Amino acid sequence: MTDTVLDISALTLSFGSLRALDDVTLRIAAGERLALLGHNGAGKSTLFKAVLGFLHPDAGRISVAGHAPGSDAARVAINYLPETVSFPRSLTGREVLGYFSGLRGAPRAAIADLLERVGLAQAADRAVGTYSKGMRQRLGLAQALIGAPRLLLLDEPTSGLDPISRHDLYSVIAEAAGRGSAVLLSAHGLEEVENRTDRVAIMFRGRLRAEGTLEELARRAALPATIRVTAAEGAADRLHAELGGQRINGARLEIDCTPETKLALLARLTAHADLLRDIDLANPGLAEIYRHFSKHMDQEDRT
Amino acid sequence: MTRMITIFVQEFRLARRNLWVLLATGVLTLFALALAFLGAGQGAALKADVLSLTAASLATLSVYLIPLIALLMSYDAFSGEVERGTLALTLATPVRRWELFGAKFLAQTVAAGTAIAISFLLAGAAVVLVYGAAPAGLAAWASLTASSIALGAVFVAVGLTLSAAAGRTALAAAMAIGIWLVLVVLYDLALLGGIMAAGEGVFASHVFPWLVLANPADAFRLYNLAALDAAPVAGIDGLARTLPFPPYAALGALALWLAGALALGIHRTKRIVL
Repeated sequence: MTDTVLDISALTLSFGSLRALDDVTLRIAAGERLALLGHNGAGKSTLFKAVLGFLHPDAGRISVAGHAPGSDAARVAINYLPETVSFPRSLTGREVLGYFSGLRGAPRAAIADLLERVGLAQAADRAVGTYSKGMRQRLGLAQALIGAPRLLLLDEPTSGLDPISRHDLYSVIAEAAGRGSAVLLSAHGLEEVENRTDRVAIMFRGRLRAEGTLEELARRAALPATIRVTAAEGAADRLHAELGGQRINGARLEIDCTPETKLALLARLTAHADLLRDIDLANPGLAEIYRHFSKHMDQEDRT
Repeated sequence: MTRMITIFVQEFRLARRNLWVLLATGVLTLFALALAFLGAGQGAALKADVLSLTAASLATLSVYLIPLIALLMSYDAFSGEVERGTLALTLATPVRRWELFGAKFLAQTVAAGTAIAISFLLAGAAVVLVYGAAPAGLAAWASLTASSIALGAVFVAVGLTLSAAAGRTALAAAMAIGIWLVLVVLYDLALLGGIMAAGEGVFASHVFPWLVLANPADAFRLYNLAALDAAPVAGIDGLARTLPFPPYAALGALALWLAGALALGIHRTKRIVL
């Protein structure tokens, strides 16, 4: 049996007539990383605030390591990094961590180690005002690692960061998960979280559209792969007649195929090897998969 | 308790780093010294104790400066944290909202109080060194210092309450300036207008003194001027002599304002939506 840290079931939350969260069910186990994707206003931040106990749901249930959101036990279990946070510029990194350690009742002796883990040991006693954007975000993350959290809530931790800072941030997150923290983070695109989280959940207009590993999502989307064939001189017409698909120009042909028929189609193509000059196989990208789940929802809404 | 100490330490550190304490100390010391030595000639002519006289004029000036300093220190305390996103982080920890409000209030009151105590101590020492001191003068100076700190505490509580209620820094700043204008400047003008229109009568003897008492800034001034027998006072301040209640009642008014502002502030802090 897995150790479920965050258990959200059938959560619904409205602001007036706007349904910010609609029947959201989600579970995260200790040591697991889940990325929550969605457009701006999809309900990601609202979900975080409900888990923190800042917002109260209309229906449904949230349990944080077995405790109700907002209770002391739940507050100690969760560490949070909001989407935008700027610490007072005149405080040093060490002082910021000292403040939050004091509020959480965590030992101050651990602060040096935290600063080390996020690579801020050198800058520990400099004012936050002198930090770069990446350093401030790492300080925010260090703050979120105080006291070995059971659940890490990271609201778009990498927005606005350069690729290297982003990479560093994800290694710290992976390390925290390795120590047993459950991680729920939000992001804008699948490309960013590929190979960096265990599971992905896609939100659209307050509803959880899809959830699973990237492979599962790709399979469920069942998007066609595209095979582009360049025919040998004068053979394009014959190939088109034989295989179908769309003519791009005099010599090229584009054929869509499902994952199941892909191999068979390739076998037929190799049978006509004498008519081919080149074959190019394009599998559906992450952006297409993401778009598929968002678009799908759109159509459902209109009906 | 640990949590309140943690917040207190951080808030006091911020007040110091933002140079509020230094600035307030400098401004208050300069004004106190200027009043003491520029007004000293008048004191000698009146054969009055210079320390008592300076305490009287400093009381009328402190009524403007101390509320302003206290409001400037506190108006950003919650709204700024809402805008910077740090309030959400703080409230995600087990801290109680009343603890947050209480610790911020204590830290800023201590910061403002330190500035007041240092500058009045410096100026008072300078006056005593040059003109000597009478026991009455020392007593007046001490009660001026203590009541100034109380006045600072009231306006820190008012500023924090505005900050928690406004939620946005720009709005909190506007509200702080507004409340300063109303309580410190306009209220007096309105009362003065009222007493001139009404003349000697029931209003002047029975309503007016209570209206003075109802405003923390006027209550502060009333307390300090009524306690000074030697000081020549005129206008609104002259009424301090014909009060239907003892001067100490003015301290009670300050205490009521403080309690009210703290209660309302904690209530508003609990209602901040993140």
